[in-house]
Amino acid sequence: MDFTFSKEHELFRRMVREFAENEVAPVAAQIDIDECVPWDVIRKAAKIGLMGVPFPQKYGGAGAGEIGYCILMEEINKVCGSTATIIGAHTGIGAMAIYLDGTEEQKQKYLVPLARGDKIGAFALTEANAGSDAAAIQTRAVRDGDYFILNGSKIWITNGDIADVISVFAVTDPALGARGGVTAFIVEKDFPGFRVGTKETKMGIRGSSTAEIFFEDCRVPVENVLGQFGAGFLTALKTLDVGRISLGAGCLGGSQIALDMAMDFAKNRYQFGEPVAQKQAIQWMVADMATEIEALRSLVYRTAWMLDSGNMGRDFSTLAAMCKVYGSEVLDRCVDKCLQIHGGMGYMKDYPVERMYRDARITRIFEGTNEVQRLVIATNLFRKIGLRIKG
Amino acid sequence: MRIIVTIKQVPDTNEVRLDPRTGTLIREGVPSIINPEDKNAIEAALCLREQVGGEVVVISMGPPQADDALREALAMGVDRAILLTDRAFAGADTWATATTLALAVKKLAPYDLILGGRQAIDGDTAQVGPQMAEYLGVPQVTYVREFTVANGHVRATRALEDGHEVLETALPALLTITKEANKPRYPSAPGIFRAYREQTVERWGAAEIGADPEGVGLKGSPTQVKRSFSPPPKEPGEVIKAAPAEAAKQLIGRMKQKNLL
Repeated sequence: MDFTFSKEHELFRRMVREFAENEVAPVAAQIDIDECVPWDVIRKAAKIGLMGVPFPQKYGGAGAGEIGYCILMEEINKVCGSTATIIGAHTGIGAMAIYLDGTEEQKQKYLVPLARGDKIGAFALTEANAGSDAAAIQTRAVRDGDYFILNGSKIWITNGDIADVISVFAVTDPALGARGGVTAFIVEKDFPGFRVGTKETKMGIRGSSTAEIFFEDCRVPVENVLGQFGAGFLTALKTLDVGRISLGAGCLGGSQIALDMAMDFAKNRYQFGEPVAQKQAIQWMVADMATEIEALRSLVYRTAWMLDSGNMGRDFSTLAAMCKVYGSEVLDRCVDKCLQIHGGMGYMKDYPVERMYRDARITRIFEGTNEVQRLVIATNLFRKIGLRIKG
Repeated sequence: MRIIVTIKQVPDTNEVRLDPRTGTLIREGVPSIINPEDKNAIEAALCLREQVGGEVVVISMGPPQADDALREALAMGVDRAILLTDRAFAGADTWATATTLALAVKKLAPYDLILGGRQAIDGDTAQVGPQMAEYLGVPQVTYVREFTVANGHVRATRALEDGHEVLETALPALLTITKEANKPRYPSAPGIFRAYREQTVERWGAAEIGADPEGVGLKGSPTQVKRSFSPPPKEPGEVIKAAPAEAAKQLIGRMKQKNLL
């Protein structure tokens, strides 16, 4: 076994950390207040190849693999949950669906500009009546000659209003249901019949945009069917599986910075004539945070290593779900303890802990709620001993 | 145009912490980086190449681990990276270092410009650049914050303590670059992975650069370190406790005693 990062990944982490501290951190508080996408940061990130980190260089990516992508999400989420969310929706699921199931032509046409950051991507599955029950989607796609005509709407789509290219899931055969009746499409924002609806106001990750999108007789060319016709639900699940690792990596970064800030504060905050770090109550919180963070780090990078080694079987899916559940819950506990150690200071808007606390909350919900992840884990485990969980 | 940049790998002193018990540096886990002002020199070279075309060659003398610094330079976009590494080079002072680098520069002739950082954050001597220029017999301009190249000449602005000095000299010349000169670019993400997977860092030893083993490394170093020590801790200040008029009188007396007044 070897738990060390390669030199290339170490240099990549150092570069990303510098970028995060120098370019992203200075705008993090303001974009949260203004609820605006940090376009300047996105352009700078694109220029140095940070918008397509996991993809091979022949598709415009950095060739850093999933391990490299996890490093990126870890370091960016240390300083700004909003920026990490924008990159995550763009790279981790939007472009990822095309990378995993696109044809060579689709990769050249769509993945290359996405990976280079010339275009922004998004992933559109969720609907008003299809959240955790993703199979209940109602957006319809009906064939019309060389086109499919899409009708319906998607909600809470990260980057929905800023994306140029969106991986969209629609029902092509209601009789077949999720398995066989759903197809994935690559939709360009300029296709006739595509429209952006309301932009949401959120509790956290406010610098990322979340919007409703509409398809009103939206004409999508047949060649934009993504993956096998009728196998869209598998494309969605596979993409989300992969996205969960980097989501866990983002949580790892958020947890680590919460610990670092809590320790720094505990060292410098004097009460009763000594640093509060001298109090066992604080020490135990710090020890618990650090222990969970190390466990999460091992889980995330082990799962990323599995993917980079070409292993995408059921065990991978189980571990990816664990990255999401455990990552988001470790983050939740870490930001909570960090805020508690900071006391009143942590509650004030002048200090980043308050924003970190709000930003963290969504991670237990989006990209598959933790309840659904637990269902995935249990289903996969029981299947091994011959019991089918009805779900 | 051929631009040669000399760089040094140094410990990241921003990351160095003091051991709370012993008061000594904690070296464990301190990352090695390209000396910051050497990065400014690389950036200046890349900008110049973008304007006039040509080639940027980066050289560094150091142990095999300095390979990482040269990979980073490749990821920033330089064309060629050469590591001067040999047991014979070990223990070099600034003169022996300058000699080694200058021999490599000679081997790379013809060249137009040699750039280096003003000084390294671990030694702070600012000597290697000027010594190289002397060895090579080329004009030098130190503390450069801005320069332009045209018609075989370089026009450089030196940042001095009390103002600026603008100098012009014929090429080839050597400039040492300050941190005010530019903001070094980030190595690109694809560049980092290409640098490690596809590009090579050439390695030259004493034989390749035709170095006399007596003239490089510890043997070629006129500087001898007699002793190294930490400066004694600063003594605590003294509070004069007296009525204001009396305290002022005592203070003035004390300052006169120390020849401060």
